[in-house]
Amino acid sequence: METLQLDLDHGLRTFRLELALTIGAETVALVGPSGAGKSSVLRAVAGLLRPERGFVTLGSQTWLDRRRGIDLPPERRRVGLVFQEYALFPHLDVRRNVAFGARDRRAVSGMLERLRIAHLAGARVTELSGGERQRVALARALAREPDVLLLDEPLSALDAYTRRAVRAELHEFLRELRMPTLLVTHDFEDAATLADRVGVLVDGRVLQLGPPQELVGSPRDPFVASFTGANLLQGVASPGRDGLTEIALDGGGTVWTTEKGSGRVAVAVYPWEVSLSHAVPNDSAVNHVRAPVSSIVSLGNRVRVRVGPLTAEVTASSVTRLALGEGDVVIASFKATGTRLLPMA
Amino acid sequence: MRLTPFSTVLAVATTASLAFLLLPIVAIFAELSPGDLRDGLTSEVTRDALRVTIETNLVAMALIILFGTPTAYLLATRRFRGKALLVTLVELPLVLPPAVAGIGLLAAFGRLGLLGGTLDGLGIDIAFTKVAVVLAITFVASPFYVRTAIAAFEAVDPDLVAASRTLGAGPGRTFARVALPLAGGGLGAGAALAFARGLGEFGATIMFAGSLQGVTQTLSLAVYQEFDVEFDNALAIGALLVVASALILLTAKLVLAWRRSNSTLITASARSVSS
Repeated sequence: METLQLDLDHGLRTFRLELALTIGAETVALVGPSGAGKSSVLRAVAGLLRPERGFVTLGSQTWLDRRRGIDLPPERRRVGLVFQEYALFPHLDVRRNVAFGARDRRAVSGMLERLRIAHLAGARVTELSGGERQRVALARALAREPDVLLLDEPLSALDAYTRRAVRAELHEFLRELRMPTLLVTHDFEDAATLADRVGVLVDGRVLQLGPPQELVGSPRDPFVASFTGANLLQGVASPGRDGLTEIALDGGGTVWTTEKGSGRVAVAVYPWEVSLSHAVPNDSAVNHVRAPVSSIVSLGNRVRVRVGPLTAEVTASSVTRLALGEGDVVIASFKATGTRLLPMA
Repeated sequence: MRLTPFSTVLAVATTASLAFLLLPIVAIFAELSPGDLRDGLTSEVTRDALRVTIETNLVAMALIILFGTPTAYLLATRRFRGKALLVTLVELPLVLPPAVAGIGLLAAFGRLGLLGGTLDGLGIDIAFTKVAVVLAITFVASPFYVRTAIAAFEAVDPDLVAASRTLGAGPGRTFARVALPLAGGGLGAGAALAFARGLGEFGATIMFAGSLQGVTQTLSLAVYQEFDVEFDNALAIGALLVVASALILLTAKLVLAWRRSNSTLITASARSVSS
């Protein structure tokens, strides 16, 4: 399996896309808000967009090198690109779509079987459901026997229900594939589930790249922290009691962290680090925020409770036991060790 | 529907329009007995004109499709400076008075025209031959095809073209296997419109090719010649052209409607919310 390397520098509407990536036999996800340049990265790798500067290589093959004037057209790069809305050919049935770029026509039936769409072989693609369309798009891309797989928002065209099922399925599939795979998405949860490494892309730059648990555990930047789902409390840090750092919050109140820092900062704390009670608990948590409950959202066996500036994630049984309702004033507590301190730009 | 003064005005105007537009067509058939129709359609003038019309229009349509399709694809898919101007130039014959088209063709290809000397040297004389009829039809009818074809190619989702390229198809194969089939309905409708225009071509042809029976005299020209000589013949040919034109119009509409019902499905499935 060859390694994909890319180094791109390209002016987009309001910012420059500047990023370098090395992808082995793994899945890398670029995650970021809409308009961060994610699709442009995929298009540049596929040969559909010519960046102003940079290169794209796969092992010893050079697909793009602006300095040497090399720019292979898309049909000469062995990539499988799955488009956001799948871009299936509406005038062809499922089998002909999959066979369109197949190197080996005899492999088409096997590919249909592998993605469990053999029973749809003669169907018009316009009659398929979202999940089925995605499988056809994946089968079509893979029938080309690509060396690199590119996925553009692979789950965004699906409804919430289909999405969960397809995500698990796609994760399994990508793991078996063991091929350099680059996917882009605006959803951190999708990225964390599907990818071995996740890069947070904002305004054309990768703020942080690493395994998803690393991004969650030690975000390097307030944006990365909020993108991975952390609460962010802004304030001014100064040395405090017992060797802790004390942060005077902008909205009033004080919290403490074991991290070092000073000046304007953001304190990141994940919802699952926050516990709820009616009275100030007598335990190891030093940070307490007293505020009314503004919303309670159930996510299966977990419940997200919004308390003042914080979101806490607790079990459904805890909510019942505490008899929590919207408007109740409660104490949200978290340990100083459960926080991360991020300098504000 | 309640009869308001406004809806009365609309109804009266519509009735007047329809009556005015249909009266001449009804008159052609009303003035013609079945016997006259049969005699008119089997007369030598009509048969010659029909042959010339079919021959010249088929060649002209072949030329229009052969050159017009790639032209339309280029104009629809490439972005370059002066493109709008180029499209306008292609459309110009649509609004040009036919007499101007005729004199222009004479000035270009006639014996004393711009290319006349060169063609003369090669022993080629175009004016007042069947070739002249073909050129006149091609000149006036091609914009109808090219315009519709540009719109049809522009309606093809660029993601589908991109998908084809990443699946290993070069630009040529992508054109043949993706763009052409998806634009097919629009191309068919455009061809039908151009054909209808070609059938009715008169002004440019009579100036550039003349009206020689069996050589350059098409059905439209025959109507003009016969109304002086044998009025019933002119009526019979007129009836023939009415039926042919109506059929072509109907075909174009059916093809376009079919394409539209297909393309809404395409839109639903492949239109992307760009990120």
